[in-house]
Amino acid sequence: MTQHTADDTDPMLRAVLRDVLGLDAARAAALGPNSGLFGALPELDSMAVAGLFTELEDRFGFMIDDDEVDGDLLETFGSLLAFTQAKRAAA
Amino acid sequence: MIARWPWAAGGGPSSEAALVFDRARAHRLLIVPPLFEEMNRTRRLLVETMRRLDAAGIDSMLPDLPGCNESLEPFAAQSLTRWRAAMAHAAQHFDVTHALAVRGGALILPAALPGWLYEPAKGASLLRQMLRARIVAAREQGIAEDSAGLIEQGRKHGLELAGYGFGAALIAELEEAVPPATGLREIRQGELEGGALWLRSEPDDNPQQAEALAQIIAREIAG
Repeated sequence: MTQHTADDTDPMLRAVLRDVLGLDAARAAALGPNSGLFGALPELDSMAVAGLFTELEDRFGFMIDDDEVDGDLLETFGSLLAFTQAKRAAA
Repeated sequence: MIARWPWAAGGGPSSEAALVFDRARAHRLLIVPPLFEEMNRTRRLLVETMRRLDAAGIDSMLPDLPGCNESLEPFAAQSLTRWRAAMAHAAQHFDVTHALAVRGGALILPAALPGWLYEPAKGASLLRQMLRARIVAAREQGIAEDSAGLIEQGRKHGLELAGYGFGAALIAELEEAVPPATGLREIRQGELEGGALWLRSEPDDNPQQAEALAQIIAREIAG
């Protein structure tokens, strides 16, 4: 399913990024589909990546397997958003 | 100020440190800290909360867990059982009336103390997050690891996670540990406003959250 629906995943995901990485509201709001995450945000080290995925599981109610946790997923805000939406749809 | 409380390490008599605001007042609060890296990330929040509790007329004590902070004990020798016993010792030594357990601190809270659990965490969730951090870091170096294999290794021989050398006992206990179903009041992050500081990749502080936490405790300890 690639259809975009007006769900609340986008604002919820920005809230997770704010909480986990300590981004202020302006930086979180400025993230676009092509904004880099892993490798681009200095706050996002391996410990923060782990915290981010655990928090996504808690807030969205799905489980993420080890083999889903890779750098591609966190390349851009858009890729993480698409992943989160797909996981929610499948949950 | 820093106080010492008795704790038998190895064979001989020994002691561990605690940060205390102690003026021998009627309400005395033991703060059981979060575990592992979350301890460091919330330290400033907890110390600031203690200052505000002091101003509100409440004594508080924040003990080091054996094997952590200033402690001379090896981390690898620790377990939840040992930490729970240590917190019971500290509670008795400081003659506390209440306890505030933060996150994984809920897993080592001494029984029979009234008080609060601030966003209590399951052992399995804490473990999962540290395993994930290790897997991500290993992958960056081109090494493939998986949770199941690491846990298996950890149960038998202990495991290096988040910069700590976990003993086998601690790994095994964490897998099963859940916060006590004691009917203690649970404080949720939403009551403090703003993001949880233990989620941050770098330690931070937040005076507003400390104020909100101190106010909740000051209000409810009296009632």
